[in-house]
Amino acid sequence: MSRSRATRRPIRWHIAVFLAPALIVYTAIMIIPLFGTLNLSLFTRGQGNTREFVGLANFVTLFTDPRWSGAFWNATWNNLWFFIIHMLVQNPIGIALAAILSSPRLRFAAFYRTAIFIPAILSFVIVGFVWRLILSPLWGVAPNMMDAIGLGNWFAPWLGQESSALTTLALISVWQFVGIPMMLIYAALLSIPDEVLEAAEMDGITGASQFWKIKLPLILPTIGIISILTFVGNFNAFDLIYVAQGALAGPNYSTDILGSFLFRTFFGFQLQLGDPHMGATVATVMFFIILAGVSLYLFGIQTRLRRYQF
Amino acid sequence: MSARANILRSSAAHAILIAYTILALYPVFLIVINSMKSRRAIFNDPLALPTRQSFDLVGFQTVLEQGNFLLYFQNSLIVTVASLFFALLFGAMAAFALAEYRFRGNLLMGLYLALGIMIPIRLGTVAILEMMVAANLVNTHWALILVYTANGLPLAVFILSEFMRQVSDDLKNAARIDGLSEYRIFFTIALPLVRPALATVAVFTMIPIWNDLWFPLILAPGESTKTLTLGSQIFLGQYVTNWNAVLAALTLAIFPVVVLYLIFSRQLIRGITRGAVK
Repeated sequence: MSRSRATRRPIRWHIAVFLAPALIVYTAIMIIPLFGTLNLSLFTRGQGNTREFVGLANFVTLFTDPRWSGAFWNATWNNLWFFIIHMLVQNPIGIALAAILSSPRLRFAAFYRTAIFIPAILSFVIVGFVWRLILSPLWGVAPNMMDAIGLGNWFAPWLGQESSALTTLALISVWQFVGIPMMLIYAALLSIPDEVLEAAEMDGITGASQFWKIKLPLILPTIGIISILTFVGNFNAFDLIYVAQGALAGPNYSTDILGSFLFRTFFGFQLQLGDPHMGATVATVMFFIILAGVSLYLFGIQTRLRRYQF
Repeated sequence: MSARANILRSSAAHAILIAYTILALYPVFLIVINSMKSRRAIFNDPLALPTRQSFDLVGFQTVLEQGNFLLYFQNSLIVTVASLFFALLFGAMAAFALAEYRFRGNLLMGLYLALGIMIPIRLGTVAILEMMVAANLVNTHWALILVYTANGLPLAVFILSEFMRQVSDDLKNAARIDGLSEYRIFFTIALPLVRPALATVAVFTMIPIWNDLWFPLILAPGESTKTLTLGSQIFLGQYVTNWNAVLAALTLAIFPVVVLYLIFSRQLIRGITRGAVK
């Protein structure tokens, strides 16, 4: 701040007063704990209640010790798959819905918009349980409905099978959040000026080819933002797994992702005691994964996207 | 293009949108109708609406007798409203300072405050819990309020400073000539003028706070501070075989959120739309 070297001008205390509350709360509750966690990962519990500095030993343990590395890599790959499903299913559906919604003179657009967004405001607790009930073979809603359209034989207790549980959960999460990319793309599409579209029509570019050749390139920056938001959201997801499958991320850890792995490492489960230092190590790895993703986007992708000023 | 092709295209658009709307709403609808049916009707004919014979509110009775839902609801309300209040007030103050005054480090300060938009606060959980234990704040509302305030600040500052820049300089300078202090200018001129933006930020901040499970589970799992989200999660886990109670609890949890959403949906959608255009 200008306090130390402010020449001639009086100290403007009000600037400090305006900034102080936000700065203090944000620094104390968010930034310091974040670095505190990074720092904790360099220590381990010594004899008695002391803390011993061990350098990067915790990370070596996490990556290579068979007691840890299996679970860690399992959670990491599962998380990657979770993210891939979102990118392949959620975002294309969101874009398609937005493209349809933004077509001119569409009636009831506001109604569709509001309705399709509703799942996104519900908590994971509700969403997880609703789908657990619907997919439950006990209740039989899903098998009955599939029977009605002749697909009865295809039903399986998806959430209970190791091979399909993770994909099912990812699709539930897609169902919940598809409204967010839809809304952001919709806004981006509406902001394309009419002159551009009219000029395209003059040149005979209409309908689907107008979407692919004119609109899609113009909304690429928004798609970039959605991708990075999806990435950050997926790599610290936890609630849905915890609600639908419990802290053990069953069956047999097949739905374990980094968030649930962090929770178990930190708090312990069944016979294993919780370990704050290993928990901090997992959190640090997650921090670097997210940081890598965000940096890749900011420096690798965003700067290359051409932005159009209207 | 012929008129016929136009009609065809618009009905195809409606067909897709209606199909997706059903996909989005039907699961929720199914839970709500079954919560009002007897156990036998839930299993025999889950897709039917409740009739005079199958109508039964026993699930709601169980929930209201067994669960402490009124208390949980109150806890959620206290935590959400207080966090919103502090995040908006502190966020608006910081945004005003960043937008209004030129001082050394202004840009850096803005970047520092914006960091938190991308880095989730959950990653600091281990140290946050240690800190809350040391400060004796575990199982209090304050633990949650502090965390959510800190978490809400980056986005609030980011969006509000954008709007604070648009407040007319003439207005503020006229006030300065009239001898109003900078604080009065903030509270009586700037703040009322950015009210629409405040509402947008409020809606954005409110939904994740209300729905969060992670921090209530870790920082305030005690009976007296359980939030509605955590309380219903535990209730659902305990009553997992009592279908009436589970369906009723879900319905009760869905209801307030959807009502609030329908009231504020225009604000929310306008907010997203404007934010993305920028």
